[in-house]
Amino acid sequence: MSERYFPNGMPAPMANTTMLPWWQAAAEHRLVVQQCGACGHTRFPPAPICPECRSDDAAWKDLPGGGEVFTYTIVHRPIAAEQELPYLIAVIALDDSGGLRMISNLVAVAPQDVTIGMRVEVVWEDMSDDLAIPRFRPAPN
Amino acid sequence: MSARKAHIVGVGESAYARWGRIGDVTEHALACQSILRAVEDAGLSMDDVDGLASFAEDRNEAVFLAAELGLPRLRFGNMVWTPGGGGGCAAVSNAAMAVETGQAEVVVVYRSLCQGQFFRFGTGGIDASAPVDPAPPTVSQTDSMMISSVGTVMPYGLLMAAAAYALPTRRHMHLYGTTNEQLGSIAVTFREHASRNPRAVMGDRPMTIDDYLASPMIADPHRLFDCCLESDGACAVVVTTAERARDLAKRPVEILASEQGAPKGYAFGHFTNANIPDDLYATGGTEEMANRLWAKAGVGPADVDVAQIYDHFSGCVLLQLEDFGFCKRGEGGPFIESGALAWKGGSLPTNTHGGSLSEAYIHGLNHVVEGVRSLRDESTSPVDGAEVCLVTSAACVPSSALVLGRK
Repeated sequence: MSERYFPNGMPAPMANTTMLPWWQAAAEHRLVVQQCGACGHTRFPPAPICPECRSDDAAWKDLPGGGEVFTYTIVHRPIAAEQELPYLIAVIALDDSGGLRMISNLVAVAPQDVTIGMRVEVVWEDMSDDLAIPRFRPAPN
Repeated sequence: MSARKAHIVGVGESAYARWGRIGDVTEHALACQSILRAVEDAGLSMDDVDGLASFAEDRNEAVFLAAELGLPRLRFGNMVWTPGGGGGCAAVSNAAMAVETGQAEVVVVYRSLCQGQFFRFGTGGIDASAPVDPAPPTVSQTDSMMISSVGTVMPYGLLMAAAAYALPTRRHMHLYGTTNEQLGSIAVTFREHASRNPRAVMGDRPMTIDDYLASPMIADPHRLFDCCLESDGACAVVVTTAERARDLAKRPVEILASEQGAPKGYAFGHFTNANIPDDLYATGGTEEMANRLWAKAGVGPADVDVAQIYDHFSGCVLLQLEDFGFCKRGEGGPFIESGALAWKGGSLPTNTHGGSLSEAYIHGLNHVVEGVRSLRDESTSPVDGAEVCLVTSAACVPSSALVLGRK
């Protein structure tokens, strides 16, 4: 995706050492969640131990990138200068993730056409060599 | 009752003003002023105060305040971890624990907030007028779990609370058919209450449902008038034992019960956590806490005569009404539509001061102040014979609540 959803000046991610591998996977256009090596429970955002069995054995599981809109908001206030309004923030229920969701943006859709339950797919926006941001667009039927 | 049972014996506040309007007095000085007034209201002397308590993100450290206020000694200096407005009632709860366990005799709970002197909430500290850094954007490293957590949502432009708490409210509308007009009714009702309150920042600004519907959209479904004010001001409440409360200036108000906390996996709440379980997502996250609170207080929602419910956003009031059992899950909209929250004729007169939507945004400690006034017959929208008042802190974050009782 070449077109930027936000103008320059929007905040970049901030990450501790637990979170950082998630953004490194994102730079390679891989949408991942942590999966516990002991009990198989998945978790996001990344955390040092499994909240179900407390094991610290975890691996990164690649997701297929599909999902559906769980809830959303249409934001009418700018954060950065020259920002196009309104913009869409949504909670996406992620396919094959063990029931996990993430917050992201909806792109390539008019605000009035967004519905809860609509199918979406990830689209990567390359911000620099080290940073790609996952956003979601309506999935083809 | 135990001689050490905690009571609130004094309340006080500075003048309340719009965001940035108090620039000639520091936020810290305003904290001092509200503490002095609350102690005077109680009929106590500063020499009696040996504890200070506040809640998350308070910039006014108890140790400095203790020195400036000339306290003979500080025995209890305490701050609650729960974020933002979730901790107001918890700070009172901690003060109560301190006096009941003999760690202190008189604890003042305070909150001072002058955003104009620091940075404005919801901007992420970004100055939209500043030149943009030409360097390619990259991930910046932090040691802080909190910043890392916020860092998972900021790249999507989620910086404003108005957008974050629109997410559960939108989900509630989807599940239960809750309407914009029902949300608007909350804002209009609280504004009417503010019209009698000389302290209310919006006391002279009447609002109709048409005014509400004409207000600009901020983060759908939140319009401008669904969002709390941004205010400068400070307030404080004084907590001491039943024994000490007996001979003071004003009628003491008993803390019948207090609770604080968060459900499993809640973390910072809806702001950064998209993985709040399905059955909790379209709630304020406070139902389990509410059940503990009622059990401890020995009263239930039907016994509440007046409520002061944290109103950072109108939708969060609706979610808490369901959490605390004033109506069934999903029926918050019709409950509000029935006029339940109105001072005149409502079954649950709520936010008789005007709340954060219309009195002032002091992170909800002003709701505790109003809770005390409503049981002392000092409210500007008094509820005759009120004996039990519920006070809550913020929904959709780890939170806290109090049940107050008339002595």
